[in-house]
Amino acid sequence: MADQIDEGLRSELQRQGIWVTSMEELYNWGRRNSIWPLQFGLACCAIEMIATAASRYDLARFGGEIFRPSPRQADLMIVAGTVTKKMAPQIVRLYNQMPDPKYVISMGACAISGGPFKQGYNVLKGIDRYIPVDVYIPGCPPRPEALLHAFMELQRKIDEQKLTGNKKAEHLNAAQPSEFPVPAFGEHDLEPPANPDVFRPLKLERQ
Amino acid sequence: MTPNPYSFIVIFVGVALVFPLIPLALAWLWRRFFQPPKPGVQKNATYECGVESIGDAQIQFRSQYYLYAIIFLIFDVEAIFLVPFAVAFTGLPVGAFIAILVFLLLLIEGLVWAWSKGCLNWAR
Repeated sequence: MADQIDEGLRSELQRQGIWVTSMEELYNWGRRNSIWPLQFGLACCAIEMIATAASRYDLARFGGEIFRPSPRQADLMIVAGTVTKKMAPQIVRLYNQMPDPKYVISMGACAISGGPFKQGYNVLKGIDRYIPVDVYIPGCPPRPEALLHAFMELQRKIDEQKLTGNKKAEHLNAAQPSEFPVPAFGEHDLEPPANPDVFRPLKLERQ
Repeated sequence: MTPNPYSFIVIFVGVALVFPLIPLALAWLWRRFFQPPKPGVQKNATYECGVESIGDAQIQFRSQYYLYAIIFLIFDVEAIFLVPFAVAFTGLPVGAFIAILVFLLLLIEGLVWAWSKGCLNWAR
């Protein structure tokens, strides 16, 4: 493991052209530099996502340019835009169909909380009600730089994930579910309105 | 002794087999020791853009669709062959001209047949 190597020895070796690494680092290096997003956009944030993937902002510099049209090949779900209640079951089902390890970026105010459409009868108040989100990007819509920043944050997260031990990554834990219940269309709202296993909002306590 | 000139094909086949097998074996070992498998009903379900799929994915198309295949050949594939034929028309030898005429005749036969069968009429 990497933390068993003396840092001084390591940098000394690196100066001589010998690069010492561990299985974990190598694995995470490969993973973080080839995050393939699922190809779908929901609203105006998707336009910014497309701009990020195109040549001017060039997501390919971070290894994320291969947008996959099938969840079977995707590592990352960028929820880019307003999630309507009509669309939410499909999003959750697509997330369920992605293989582990999988990550979610909640892009823009709408995907975080419903944003300017929060009062709308048909708008889901945040995708984190049903699936676990790794990185939130505020903005309406966030600029491509913000998405790149979120991408780099996700890379940092992947880089720090442990393969073994007590603090190993969640997806390596056999008890951690890979699928989450898909909400159904109820009479007035989605049933259930949130998944209590996933959605744990901060409680506001008034004195 | 000179090696057999075809031996590189054997080497090529060997490399072509080993090259994909190594990552597959690594992935299998990885799954065996690190990644707990997490299959599920939805994960294994047929992918249909996130919508629940209706029926089975292993369906057979009705054989009646052969009509569309024939008409597609006549109107689309034929046109692709006709364009280079038209461009090179003045410089063509007699043999090539006759060959393309035979090709055209075969497809026109199909057109006549489809027409006489009433396939070109709008269904009401």
